[in-house]
Amino acid sequence: MAELPEHLLRRSAEAKAKALGISVDEAMAILKGDAPEPSEPAAAPEPAAPEEPATPAEPATEPEPTAAPVATATAVADPTKATRVVPQEAPVAGPEGARTQRLLTVVRAKAIQQTKPEPQDKVNTWPHLMLIEFAALLAVSAILVIMSVALQAPLLEAANFNATPNPSKAPWYFLGLQELLSYFDPGVAGVSVPLIVGFAALMGVPYIDKNPSNKPSDRKFAVMLFTFFIAGSATLTIIGVLFRGPGFNFTYPWRDGIFFDDLKDWIPLEGH
Amino acid sequence: MTLRERVKEAGDKLHGSQLVDSILRPGSPFKQGYSDSPRNRSYVIMNNVLYHLHPVKVKRHGVRLSYTLCLGGISFFLFILLTITGIFLMFYYAPTAENAYQDIQELSTSVAFGSLVRNMHRWGAHLMVLSVFLHMSRVFYHGAYKAPREFNWVVGVILLLLTLLLSFTGYLLPWDQLALWAVTVGTNMASFVPVFGGQVQFLLLGAVAVSADTLLRWYVLHVLFLPFVIVIFMAVHFWRVRKDGGISGPL
Ligand code: HEM
Repeated sequence: MAELPEHLLRRSAEAKAKALGISVDEAMAILKGDAPEPSEPAAAPEPAAPEEPATPAEPATEPEPTAAPVATATAVADPTKATRVVPQEAPVAGPEGARTQRLLTVVRAKAIQQTKPEPQDKVNTWPHLMLIEFAALLAVSAILVIMSVALQAPLLEAANFNATPNPSKAPWYFLGLQELLSYFDPGVAGVSVPLIVGFAALMGVPYIDKNPSNKPSDRKFAVMLFTFFIAGSATLTIIGVLFRGPGFNFTYPWRDGIFFDDLKDWIPLEGH
Repeated sequence: MTLRERVKEAGDKLHGSQLVDSILRPGSPFKQGYSDSPRNRSYVIMNNVLYHLHPVKVKRHGVRLSYTLCLGGISFFLFILLTITGIFLMFYYAPTAENAYQDIQELSTSVAFGSLVRNMHRWGAHLMVLSVFLHMSRVFYHGAYKAPREFNWVVGVILLLLTLLLSFTGYLLPWDQLALWAVTVGTNMASFVPVFGGQVQFLLLGAVAVSADTLLRWYVLHVLFLPFVIVIFMAVHFWRVRKDGGISGPL
């Protein structure tokens, strides 16, 4: 209790004194731990724990005259002992001695979050994680700069609405989709199947896969499905990039060359 | 006093000055007299803007490069590189059908480092699509989307979508044959959306076919709207990584 400010302690003592029917000084002594808790409270119907000094039966309903001195409420509990509680003793009144609310109890602060500390094997982010991140950052920068010095990004002729190149290909990350669409009549499969259903299903993954384990051996089916998904997209994309020529017809890149302009300056193209 | 001592003294003076002292927070490893202690290691994170991204301590298995392969971090870093190079490109590029192609051509030929920066922006964008996809795969194989991380996976899918859109809107901007027809093919696929296909395509293009209006529209999406949205989702994503208890696992 030592850390409680004196004026709060006093207010608490007043409330306790009222509840137990003892004097404020006695209540103060109990709160400070100088006196034992009274085992047989004089007038209170129920003993109050020291952490929660008092819970008066009718706390809020009692009208409090705004200018009334502090001790009025305290005084009524036990006339014999309350005589010592005179208004002047109370240091808690506001600037003009006015008080608009009343202290019921002082509750010690507790943490809002109840965290259960489980022992975990942790390391300091600095330097253990940050150094790795820094190394990764340097590596990525180096790779990107080297790549950009070595490989020229394509820039073809200016856009011309009247000259449709053959084949016309989407960017590589949509080429798998374009490839997929080339198998279906757009009216049937449309783009809705792969795109909307695809993304909705992807978002739904955590809610569909209810298996709580993250051990690969417990989730063979999920791993298999996802691997099929990756392998399928990779295959479709590679076919779209390398094996589709004029008219989006099947070609062999080693026979007819590569029809993919993002790769224009990467690989010497014979077909062009 | 030799020159060397003088320089050292001046350096020390500057290093200990009020200015430098006010910039570096207590525990910064760049501060004078930094010593490597557990407390200072905590301060490096806690007393810095870094605390927005990283907790003071992380699970030991989480820092093993082989666990995350740093793919999320690499995606984020590529995004930052793309922002920096992209701002550089904006100085030289006007999104009009008359100028766009020529601007890119001049950028590549007559601006110092123009070609290098353009290449970095383009290859960086391809790499980012790749790294985000690989990041998603590693998250899947670790089962890292399971409770309590379900929602962060959903945020992740939105990030993937935004990454693709950023890349695709940028693809049109050089206004060359590659750009024009790739986008034509891509948005034609959108027109196959049942019932609303035509409207979706019109919304995307700002016209019935790729046109100068499309160029302006996609430019604004590319440099303003989509980056803005993706940054917000990234903030939520990183926040949730921590609030969901840090990196998942160990397996
Ligand atoms: C712009 C794209 C993205 C960025 C910058 C990004 C960034 C990050 C970072 C830095 C982490 C911390 C761990 C790590 O590096 O692996 C992370 C974790 C995570 N990400 Fe992403 N992410 C992106 C896209 C995605 C996508 C597409 C998904 C899934 C569909 C996803 C799902 C998750 C999940 C579930 C975690 C928690 C993983 C764990 O606790 O092990 N993120 N992300």
